[in-house]
Amino acid sequence: MGDVLRIRRELVDEIVAHARRDHPDEACGVIAGPEGSDSPERYIPMLNAARSPTFYEFDSGDLLKLYREMDANDEVPVVIYHSHTATDAYPSRTDVSYASEPDAHYVLVSTKDPDSHQFRSYRIVDGEITEEPVEIIG
Amino acid sequence: MAVTVSIPTILRTHTGGEKSVEATGKTVLEVIDDIESRHGGLKARLVKEEKLHRFVNVYVNDEDVRFSGGLEAEVKDGDTLTILPAVAGG
Repeated sequence: MGDVLRIRRELVDEIVAHARRDHPDEACGVIAGPEGSDSPERYIPMLNAARSPTFYEFDSGDLLKLYREMDANDEVPVVIYHSHTATDAYPSRTDVSYASEPDAHYVLVSTKDPDSHQFRSYRIVDGEITEEPVEIIG
Repeated sequence: MAVTVSIPTILRTHTGGEKSVEATGKTVLEVIDDIESRHGGLKARLVKEEKLHRFVNVYVNDEDVRFSGGLEAEVKDGDTLTILPAVAGG
């Protein structure tokens, strides 16, 4: 997989808008794309079943539906995003311990500042965080 | 009972890259033990202190087994087991 996240401007805007809407709870979701393409295409906001300002979790029934749907479409989760509402857009220890999609770009948005946001992307593989540049297209 | 088990990406290193394996068992635990006998290492990723690892969801058909007995959930011929790591963080 590449070492950069290439993503359309409108998808970035949708993720940030979702984070703002759910603030002060953490927002979460996926951007699916064709298997092997490393291209984020389909924005899928998910319910944070934890509804918490410091934790997120996809509801287990939603998770099954999501993966079945992606499988039927030959898609994979290219981006898995969530927001931090009081801290910086950097993966926490909890984020690292749960990260189980080795090919995904883990996007973090911070809404701690009402006037500006942080949008950053990382690979998390075998417990190691590597930040990568975000290339916004269009 | 013969079942089909779908394996998430992160666990396919234990199944030689296979995304789906056939297995037998009358409960989720028996199915996991059956897979473990042919693909060593998988059980340790799923079971901790005799319970399903809290970071892993297992479904029999459409139902999350945490609501139907966990490792003791019953499995019938032709059922599909789906293993999905939780998507969560903080």
